[in-house]
Amino acid sequence: MKKTISLDVNGATYETAAEPQDTLLDVLRGNLRLTGTKKGCETGNCGACTVLFDGNAVDSCLILALEAEGHKIITIEGLADASKLHPLQQAFIKYGAIQCGYCTPGMLLSAKALLDRLPRANEEDIRKGLEGNLCRCTGYKQIVEAVEAVVRGEFK
Amino acid sequence: MNKFSVIGQSVPRIDGWAKATGSAMYTDDLSLPGMLIGKLLRSPHAHARILSIDVSKALALPGVKAVITGNDPVTNKTTHWRMRPQLADMAALASDRVRFLGEEVAAVAAVDEDTAIEALSLIKVEYEPLPGVFTIEEAIAENAPRVHDEFDRNINPSVSLPVSYGDVEKGFAESFHVRTDKFSTPTVIHAYMEPHSALASYEPPGKLTLWASTATPYYLKGDVAQVMGLRESDVRVIKPYLGGNFGGRNVPFALDFCAGLLSMRSGKPVKITYDRKEEFNAAGRRHAARLELKTGVSKEGILLAKEISVYLDGGAYNGFGPTVTFLSGLYHTVVYRLPNYKFNGYRVYTNNPIAIGMRGFCGPQAHFAAETQMDMIAEDLGMDPVELRLKNVIKTGEIVPTVGVIKSCGLTEALNKVSSAVNWSGRPKEKGTGKGMAITCFGQMSGANFNFYNTPYAYSGAEIRAYPDGTLTLFSLAADVGQGSDTLLCQIAAEELGLKIGDVRFIGNDTAVDPVDLGAYSSRQTMFSGNAVLAAARDLKQQLFEAASPKLETSVIHELEARDGRIQVKGSAKRGMTFGEAVMCVLRAKGGKEVSGFGTYTPRGKGTATPAVGYGVAAAEVEVNKETGVTRVTRFTMAHDCGTNINPMAVEGQVYGSIQMGLGYALSEKLIIDKGRVMNANFLDYKMPSTLDMPEMVSFAIDTVDPEGPFGAKESGEGPINCVAPAITNAVYNAVGFRVMELPVRPDDILGLRKDKKG
Repeated sequence: MKKTISLDVNGATYETAAEPQDTLLDVLRGNLRLTGTKKGCETGNCGACTVLFDGNAVDSCLILALEAEGHKIITIEGLADASKLHPLQQAFIKYGAIQCGYCTPGMLLSAKALLDRLPRANEEDIRKGLEGNLCRCTGYKQIVEAVEAVVRGEFK
Repeated sequence: MNKFSVIGQSVPRIDGWAKATGSAMYTDDLSLPGMLIGKLLRSPHAHARILSIDVSKALALPGVKAVITGNDPVTNKTTHWRMRPQLADMAALASDRVRFLGEEVAAVAAVDEDTAIEALSLIKVEYEPLPGVFTIEEAIAENAPRVHDEFDRNINPSVSLPVSYGDVEKGFAESFHVRTDKFSTPTVIHAYMEPHSALASYEPPGKLTLWASTATPYYLKGDVAQVMGLRESDVRVIKPYLGGNFGGRNVPFALDFCAGLLSMRSGKPVKITYDRKEEFNAAGRRHAARLELKTGVSKEGILLAKEISVYLDGGAYNGFGPTVTFLSGLYHTVVYRLPNYKFNGYRVYTNNPIAIGMRGFCGPQAHFAAETQMDMIAEDLGMDPVELRLKNVIKTGEIVPTVGVIKSCGLTEALNKVSSAVNWSGRPKEKGTGKGMAITCFGQMSGANFNFYNTPYAYSGAEIRAYPDGTLTLFSLAADVGQGSDTLLCQIAAEELGLKIGDVRFIGNDTAVDPVDLGAYSSRQTMFSGNAVLAAARDLKQQLFEAASPKLETSVIHELEARDGRIQVKGSAKRGMTFGEAVMCVLRAKGGKEVSGFGTYTPRGKGTATPAVGYGVAAAEVEVNKETGVTRVTRFTMAHDCGTNINPMAVEGQVYGSIQMGLGYALSEKLIIDKGRVMNANFLDYKMPSTLDMPEMVSFAIDTVDPEGPFGAKESGEGPINCVAPAITNAVYNAVGFRVMELPVRPDDILGLRKDKKG
């Protein structure tokens, strides 16, 4: 039985109808057509569906859409300003941190949550902060280097 | 100094913005008006006869728009090995028998996912279970149950490929030392992050458009047309952004066929996306292998003969069949000089899901055995393992019977570079201290020469259109699977035409638009697609020179160059015109006909296997905790000879990614399969390395120039994984003092062996 819910995503309010069992991931991708959030495993193990939930990085496949009412959701579509990319996005492009790109949205949002919490994060902090995001292409090295470059203030 | 302007630069990938902002659309991100969701019913038995299928209740469920089974509609079978049509066994759905647990027996299309899933539960299938075979040993036993009735001991002779040259018996007789060793490698999966997806839209009377997560759109087009009974070019395959490949997208799976058939039946677009469990249970995987190597060496450590016997667990169907089988031997011939070689490879049918190519295409299996045995031989001879390798590695100009002339080989330089970087000569020599280091070599083909698909087309084609505003559009069906080939091909076009990367737009991934390219497998995009793009650029440049030459008052067009956005007399920017002006000259001369250059590449007469071999050397440094058995790789160093390094940042990405996948192969990754059932079908129990598992990584480029490659470039996507696992396991041996001959080497293996060792 569908229920009408109101979601605060990327600063906008969306009214949409969701089944009780629909995950936040399903509603973001299906109802809201915000397909930048990726579906990788649906069991909370890969991190591809990471979004910011009141500023914390969470797996949107593990949250019911109904539970998300009243919380601030940021997806990859909300990371950049209209005029320019977020420093993390610039760094990922410049440092070769993107290959197939499927883990990239989740990886970027985990990195954002980490740097919001620890602006001076060191390499170990970064590795720990991104542990929940699997990538099969990069070996993570250029991803960690990109985040380090942001910590250094290389991108504005 | 770099003599190039775009080649050799770490150009950021051209799709970086789309991927960083979430606007890049992958197949499952697509949606069409009226689109239905498809789901597949899978067999709960690993081996069974299908006695009956009743779909009436599913069809009656409101919201269900189509249900198909293996006999309704009747479809054809297909194979990538069209050279041997008898190998055709890829089908949309099983018809009379299922041969692995998870094999597809029916498909439904419904208005939404929940309805489709409910419909699956209403399909009644009556099975008669049959005895199965689940390991190589079971499959090849006398009187073993047969996966396919016609093949005794589950070996299909037309998939097996004996290869030999020289005289191994003579070589062994002349050897000072001969040793025979057995090795075993596990089934692992590609684990690309994007699950398979296919979206089909059929338009009567007979045109199909298929958006699919494929790395080989041209093959998929032919395969789908064959199965559905359409003409090949009635099928249009479009590859959206692709979330990783590693070989896992080189063969079609049931969803690719069923999406089209369901769309044909329902009259609506149909999308099928696998979930991760389906990926683990019923998509591709790397062949598990049992390898036996008999190797003879002289007293001085010169390899004299090698006899190899390989058994591969192929699963229930042929996949890339003879190709993987042949290649599991080839790797032994391209790294070290080998006067006498004999190979027998058997790909064995089992009641496991189909095994296909995976990064390295049997290279990691072959290199694990070969590089482990090289260290064992060195120890037998009391020789430094690096010295043994230096004595035997191939050098530029040598002839390998299975390949031809090796036109570039940086192995010696790479061995020296890595040895010095890790201070090899200064390493502690004592074994069993808990710390260890080892150095290994690899070789990898730069694209496959053999025409198994029997295509009448050039292997790679490209078209470049030029416009009076000084820009280009590059058309190529090369598949960017994440490795960055779109960017690299734009670099090649820009370099040859004297433009900037930003002047090039890449239009690829559409079989109805782009010239044929066989796609992304066998590390062929740089060598094959790159050469096609280079040829197209040269064709275009010739036209520009011909039109510009009279205006620049040069008598011979050889005096012209394309440089810095201009067509000009060599070395004289004043006597020239802009690139766009030159395009306008051609456009006017041709009466407004599009200005376009075409190029192709087919390696005819360039050896039997590949036109060039990529090489490299790795060093692993490990620490093994003797109490817990846990191995930690502390540093991993690699020197890679990929010819001219077209994009260093992209090549480093391939190296680091290969180290990660190889590290998993060495220490943690293995599908645990019990009677055909995968017991660890999720990312929690299937242990692939995370950020915390990765060592410090160091990558060096060894500069060679391969005369066959575009601007001298060779492969980089697969080779580096080949020697990662043996570098780590040889280092583990040096750390603990005993050897594990089976991958992966997990803590239990180390603790168990330690106990055995102590008695």
